[in-house]
Amino acid sequence: MKASFEEIITLSETEGLSFAGAALELESRATAVPVEIIRKEMTSRLDEMEKSAREALERDGNGKIVKADSPLLKAYGKGCAPFAGRLALRAAEIALATASSNACMGRIVAAPTAGSCGILPGILLAAGEHRGYNRKTLLEGLITAGGIGKVIASRATLAGAEGGCQAECGAAAAMAAAALVAMEGHGAVTVSHAAALTLKSILGLVCDPVAGLVEVPCIKRNGAMTGLAVVCADMAAAGIRSVIPPDEVVDALFKVGKALPESLRETGLGGLAATPSGKRIAEELGKKAPKLDQGF
Amino acid sequence: MTGPSSSHTAGAVKLARLAASVWNRPVGKVEIHLRGSFAATWWGHGTDRALLAGLAGLLPDDPRVPDAYEEAGKGNIQWSFYTEDIDGAHPNSVRFRFHEDEKVMDVEGASVGGGAIRLISIDGFRFDLTGELPSIITFHSDTPGVVAAIAGTLASRGLNIATLSLHRQGRGRDAVMVAELDEPAPEAAVQAVRSCHQGIHRVLAIDGGDGR
Repeated sequence: MKASFEEIITLSETEGLSFAGAALELESRATAVPVEIIRKEMTSRLDEMEKSAREALERDGNGKIVKADSPLLKAYGKGCAPFAGRLALRAAEIALATASSNACMGRIVAAPTAGSCGILPGILLAAGEHRGYNRKTLLEGLITAGGIGKVIASRATLAGAEGGCQAECGAAAAMAAAALVAMEGHGAVTVSHAAALTLKSILGLVCDPVAGLVEVPCIKRNGAMTGLAVVCADMAAAGIRSVIPPDEVVDALFKVGKALPESLRETGLGGLAATPSGKRIAEELGKKAPKLDQGF
Repeated sequence: MTGPSSSHTAGAVKLARLAASVWNRPVGKVEIHLRGSFAATWWGHGTDRALLAGLAGLLPDDPRVPDAYEEAGKGNIQWSFYTEDIDGAHPNSVRFRFHEDEKVMDVEGASVGGGAIRLISIDGFRFDLTGELPSIITFHSDTPGVVAAIAGTLASRGLNIATLSLHRQGRGRDAVMVAELDEPAPEAAVQAVRSCHQGIHRVLAIDGGDGR
């Protein structure tokens, strides 16, 4: 059976649970794994996520194409009042660093995928620093994000090759927006709409990596998506609701993904990858790649 | 997991590991045929290293994944990568062709996002297996009683079937059944399934659940 926001909201209302509590309970029923065990696994996931983000901030790795960008954002933030606000700027810095580390085969936590691995840790860690959330609250945020990812995986897809970047950075931003409102104590309806408002803003987002690498535009998109997550969280917390119910938004995302041409689904053949500069970069890198179809 | 891509790196490690467990003998000579997005973007994602890491038995978060060429070489794996264009294939899939002397096995799988995978065919028989649960795959003739015999054998050993799917090439022809179990089947149970009905030609057991 497909997971749904409706099911989570209904359970949270009848049992008096938060979105995360209801999502955990449903996961436990489906897998016959006790809630406490899942919570423990999620705690270790949170530890890994923090560790990989800290490593990434220290490492500032350069990819095959992109130089590390997070130090620029950090230096900029020290010297001025950023347009985005402190939390969003810090989230973007962490997201850029984590996504860069991922590009050079660093260890990360897929959230929901490796290509989108910066957004959720960016939001969680920055919110911890700037709003003083403790670990218990951050865990609530992570489990909420997991619940959102589960619904998207179940009703649509989390693969860029199937659904475009909607399914990766889009899903990650929805997870992050939902985590923010959940950590601030909002109920399941607000959490679901934070996710829905985010997904509505990224419908049709293509996966067009230059040279097929998870670098351009992936790394900067990780940074930028934290901004969308923050604004959508604010809109949902203000009581703004998606006219289209959250489950229907996810279903639409899947249909839009299916309708995207293959060139815009992680093949590195369309969009930014097909620009003159994108092609030039691919050609230069291609000279370094080993040849296939050579036999033994 | 190890980046840069959950589907093209981490998923690829898991897929290759699962394929090697289906082959169920030391991986020697293996052809690796990449399709769709795998074929288009393998190098940038380290898919080659990920697939070799999985064939060498590494897990997705093993720090040796980036050095998989060495690891595979140490394991005496001989590999060769190809691209292929198959109509209707999953946009992110790979076919392994394992060789040992005269014996050949084709195992096809797809990476479906976030590191989740599907095994989609063995030797041309199509099915759908996530590898998250332990499972038993049987190849048999489409004759009455095979399914009942397998189910009965598993039941008599206290093994619960979580999901069951059955596919046949045509009435009375070859068939394949995939039974996902709540616990791994011990070797004795696999042997019992092998001999529980004369229509059964081959039985494969997968432990499942690894590579998370």
